[in-house]
Amino acid sequence: MSIDPEKMHDVQPVLEIRSSTFFVPVLVLYSNDLAVIEQRLQQKVSQAPDFFESSPIVFDLHELNNNNDEIDVVSLVELIRKVGLFPIGIRGGNESQNERASSIFIPVDAIRSSQSMATEIPKVSAPVPERQTIVKEVVVNNAATLITQPVRSGQRIYVSGDLVILAQVSAGAEIMAEGNIHVYNTLRGRALAGVQGNTDARIFCFDLQAELVSIAGDYKTSEDLKETVRKKPVQIYLQNHALIIKELV
Amino acid sequence: MARIIVVTSGKGGVGKTTTSAAIAMGLAKRGHKTVVIDFDVGLRNLDLIMGCERRVVYDFVNVINGEANLNQALIRDKNCNLLYILPASQTRDKDALSLEGVGRILEELSKDFKYIVCDSPAGIEKGAHLAMYYADDAFVVTNPEVSSVRDSDRMLGIMASKSRRAELAMEPIKEYLLLTRYDPKRVESGEMLSLDDVQEILSLHLLGIIPESKSVLNASNSGIPVILDEKSDAGQAYADVVARYLGEKRPHRFIESKKGFLRKLFGGK
Repeated sequence: MSIDPEKMHDVQPVLEIRSSTFFVPVLVLYSNDLAVIEQRLQQKVSQAPDFFESSPIVFDLHELNNNNDEIDVVSLVELIRKVGLFPIGIRGGNESQNERASSIFIPVDAIRSSQSMATEIPKVSAPVPERQTIVKEVVVNNAATLITQPVRSGQRIYVSGDLVILAQVSAGAEIMAEGNIHVYNTLRGRALAGVQGNTDARIFCFDLQAELVSIAGDYKTSEDLKETVRKKPVQIYLQNHALIIKELV
Repeated sequence: MARIIVVTSGKGGVGKTTTSAAIAMGLAKRGHKTVVIDFDVGLRNLDLIMGCERRVVYDFVNVINGEANLNQALIRDKNCNLLYILPASQTRDKDALSLEGVGRILEELSKDFKYIVCDSPAGIEKGAHLAMYYADDAFVVTNPEVSSVRDSDRMLGIMASKSRRAELAMEPIKEYLLLTRYDPKRVESGEMLSLDDVQEILSLHLLGIIPESKSVLNASNSGIPVILDEKSDAGQAYADVVARYLGEKRPHRFIESKKGFLRKLFGGK
């Protein structure tokens, strides 16, 4: 039963390389004004600090280069780091931008950028205002994410689309969605819908005992919940910037 | 292959070590070769509860560091020859354990044993993480009070996301609830959470309720796992737990308070 380190290496490999897919937010730039970018980015980060803090991010210069707006990649990387994000890649950059990025060890996402350009869908509905910094997911996931296991205290879930939970959400848990949240059980933790600013997002739950509910940044804590809706099946939505909690009949 | 059981809780002082000792003994008494490992490096207690503190020569950390082999460190229990104890090191801290080291030892033990019981330290830091990382089953020990319930809930969340089974997207760890130090009288008077209150938050498969009992302290002090005290209510409760874990159906006991002689006589509540 003795342990021989030499032998163990034969049985257990030292390392292996696996292929894996990650969801990483992409920072798409529509402006080359670093001051404006920093201000807007800071704003975005402060809206969902838990989600963005120390998050890796890829920046996309495709739009800028379409408009021939030049930007200094090194300063941009510094800026992104300053707001607390970790830039891990560039895409849509031109040759000199890519070179600058490589020189400071930022990988160039050449394959992806050409693919995304080729398959880009023309923006017809809801045109994005020009020259605005926006942050979006690589894969815009409008589909709902289904969770069937209890969400325990300390667990955190973030989805870019809708979130549907069949089990209970414990006190101390945090569920966040860019879309709607449905909890077909007891909601005791925090629920934040429309975290990227979607004021039409709603929260539905079977048994409201939440510590905090929020839609697009407007929130109510447990203390502010009226006794008439506590432990009731409710829907929560925004109306003229007021958070409405209404019992489901 | 062995089945790896972690006895965990998050909160301290709820009865993890008592439970680890009792169920390891129970499994061994039923004929399954079992080893119980103390993961509480630096705060070694299991050896006391098992009554083998005078026979500790080498420990878990020695084996991980290759300073001793498993046979040298394993202590055979004096009451049951199918039960072995792997004590923790008292002079080190949790950083002496490594994920690979623990994995290697569990793998080696798996060849020889049917059940491996991992007695987790309190907290959610390294020691507790390593104790649950390789587990197949988790016995979540909870006291009927709010902070213990919340800590258990937190621990369950960690097991659901940071265990080996979670990381490899295997079938999740099987989670069982053990409600310990339960005092039906205090539950009836509203001083303690009831089983239903606890289950409302944890909703786990209930393996057993261990009543608050003097026999537990006596057993700990004398170094004999309480399950061997067959006359005590706690000992019987642990025997039920082991039987249920092995697939027997036994009705739950100790949920309601024992009625006194006069109460019985008058049938009052």
